[in-house]
Amino acid sequence: MDFDLSEEQRLLKDSVERLILERYGFDHRRKYQTEEAGFSEAMWARYAELGLLGLPFSQAHGGFGGGAVETMIVMEAFGQALILEPYFATVVLARGILRHRASEAQKAELIPPIAEGRMKLAFAYAEPQSRYDLFDVQTGAEKDGDGWMLSGTKGLVLHGEAADRIVVSARTAGGSRDNNGIGLFLVAGDAPGLRRRGYPTQDGLRAAEITLENVRVEPADVIGDPAGALPIIFRVADEAAGALCAEAVGCFAEMHSITLKYLKTREQFGTIIGSFQVLQHRAVDMFVELEQSRSMAMYVTMMAGEGNTTERERAISAAKAQIGQSAKARSASSRSSSMVASA
Amino acid sequence: MDLAFTNEEHAFREEVRQFLRDRVPPEMHRKLIESRNLSRDEMVAWARILNKKGWAVPHWPKEHGGAGWTPVQHYIFGEELQMYPVRDLPDFGTSLVGPVIYTFGNEAQKKYFLPRIANAEDWWCQGFSEPGAGSDLASLQTRAVRDGDHYVVNGQKIWTTLAQYADWIFCLVRTNPGVKKQLGISFLLIDMKSPGITVRPIQLIDGGYEVNEIFFDDVRVPAENLVGEEDKGWDYAKFLLGNERFSIASVGTSKERILRVKELAAKCRVGEERLIDRATFREKVAAVEIQLKALEVTQLRVVTNASKEQKGRQDPASAILKLKGSEIQQATADLLLEVVGPYTLPYVSEEDLESGNEPPIGPDWAAAIAPAYFNARKVSIYGGSDEIQKNIIAKAILGL
Ligand SMILES: Cc1cc2nc3c(=O)[nH]c(=O)nc-3n(C[C@H](O)[C@H](O)[C@H](O)COP(=O)(O)OP(=O)(O)OC[C@H]3O[C@@H](n4cnc5c(N)ncnc54)[C@H](O)[C@@H]3O)c2cc1C
Repeated sequence: MDFDLSEEQRLLKDSVERLILERYGFDHRRKYQTEEAGFSEAMWARYAELGLLGLPFSQAHGGFGGGAVETMIVMEAFGQALILEPYFATVVLARGILRHRASEAQKAELIPPIAEGRMKLAFAYAEPQSRYDLFDVQTGAEKDGDGWMLSGTKGLVLHGEAADRIVVSARTAGGSRDNNGIGLFLVAGDAPGLRRRGYPTQDGLRAAEITLENVRVEPADVIGDPAGALPIIFRVADEAAGALCAEAVGCFAEMHSITLKYLKTREQFGTIIGSFQVLQHRAVDMFVELEQSRSMAMYVTMMAGEGNTTERERAISAAKAQIGQSAKARSASSRSSSMVASA
Repeated sequence: MDLAFTNEEHAFREEVRQFLRDRVPPEMHRKLIESRNLSRDEMVAWARILNKKGWAVPHWPKEHGGAGWTPVQHYIFGEELQMYPVRDLPDFGTSLVGPVIYTFGNEAQKKYFLPRIANAEDWWCQGFSEPGAGSDLASLQTRAVRDGDHYVVNGQKIWTTLAQYADWIFCLVRTNPGVKKQLGISFLLIDMKSPGITVRPIQLIDGGYEVNEIFFDDVRVPAENLVGEEDKGWDYAKFLLGNERFSIASVGTSKERILRVKELAAKCRVGEERLIDRATFREKVAAVEIQLKALEVTQLRVVTNASKEQKGRQDPASAILKLKGSEIQQATADLLLEVVGPYTLPYVSEEDLESGNEPPIGPDWAAAIAPAYFNARKVSIYGGSDEIQKNIIAKAILGL
């Protein structure tokens, strides 16, 4: 039982936090947002220099050799600033897929340029009708000689526009909601037959709707078993949920600290508003939720390697639910009622 | 970062479990599962079983009978007891006055009282709160005036838990009314058999008599029963209240209650369905379990931090244990109440429940659940109410 970071992890944390502190204030963020890509290419290069883009990979593949704890550290720091760059899309999602399922040849081709900041990825798993069902895949993959031909629509592809390569889930067999018959395919962002419609998201990031019309996939670009990808998609979705938990904790911590600063400086009725007990108690409620969320983010991180799938999935769902609730908790008056009734 | 317990810790947990399986009296175990109250004799008998094993006061220093465990071992022990479930004695002796005596008491007091506390020879109660002094404890009025070798005590205490069983009471009394209120308080040990003490029970909303009023009318207390120095009692009280938060998150208790919820909900049918299979009910249970998991991890963070003995640097997360622990304990009581449903309505007195002469009204496990629900209201009041906890966190941690 140990909640401490190792020496290297502490160094990583220090360096990411310093970067965020120096280069990612809210004004920076506004400025980065106006750049052509909707984020900062310069920051992306900095992440590469710091080794963050090689994180979840072993050194053998040009990666920095990290795991869930490292991802937690980085995502938490990024959550403080709500960074705009496609870190989550490239490193957590798409590279998560590669890590679990790519062939050695694919890894050798893709990992070094990603780690060096020369290649961005996206993961196109959702479709307009699929809502939260990762198995609801209508985009079709037809056999085409030795390769495949993809046709269909993928929706809400995070950073789909900026991606040099896109991992696409498509159906090779079965009905549109079957668990079996889903494959993963690598396509170039500018592949013939692929169209992208980019747009901003509510939080100022970028996403895209992507249509595929007879997009050809070479055999070398099929990731793993073309009919058996769903377990890997689930696995990566779990890891991604864990990463988002850490990001949320970073974001809560920052919001709490900003709120506290304000409570201590803003004056009304001749005194700082932090002297009012109602506001003190709300600040405490926020603090309680923050610490509970922090515990859960640590918990999922430590459960990431859990071999028992059910246990792991339970842990991740619990953390996600806890943090989602905490994010919305307002005050003690909603206490057990919000806990029980609105569940 | 690593969630795993060591092999030694696993072995220790197994040892505790085995001990509980071998030694917890079955009748007492059953009562606790059913949310029923224990008799004084049952609690004392259990305390002695623990003491025989050397586990009655494991958190005390070794020279006074402590077990010399690591914080993680204490955590495991507490959790296993709570989950079994079995209760340790109300901790007035072992966790509250005991540590005050070995920290601030004189040799004679240590020698006499500590072994008696460990073996439950004396039942202790806590005489802090008064009608005019609850959250604002330092405004207490009960007077102790020195008269030769004695103090003469006059005044009233209230909400004194299980004073009806008590042999001794530890009291905060005012010895110096002329100074700032925190500075004129002393810590006295008073024999409950002293002439001039009257204990009057208070019936609570659960129908039981857990708390009392105590009146002191010219009660003569030997001056040797003063702990530490006169007028320094507030310091000792603050020390004691710090210890009161010991296992206050009650994670194990809440875990056990949730198991009970699931067990009973699997027995209840709603039309064709079992209650446990209803989606709306399952979501409610899951919501509480999730909060509890987060609290468990928070508690483990605090425990492992304590293991590193960064003295004086208490983990800020520890402040939320009481607050969140109370909320979750009450939520588990809510769930049990919901499982029982309409048959929470009949009130069965404790005597009828004990005697078992009358057939049960409704399911035979239902009767004690509503009282337990009502009883659980207390957890957000005693040991510092929720609001007081928030005041403390706002000031000490958030700097407001
Ligand atoms: C079941 C039970 C057992 C108990 N056992 C014992 C015992 O064995 N020995 C003993 O000495 N005492 C015991 N107590 C007493 C307990 O410690 C007090 O009830 C507690 O300290 C609160 O004091 P009070 O009841 O006087 O409430 P008050 O202090 O009058 O509080 C009333 C309300 O006002 C709020 N409030 C008070 N001050 C503030 C503030 N500054 N800011 C915001 N809100 C505030 C409180 O949170 C509460 O909601 C017991 C209580 C209960 C319920």
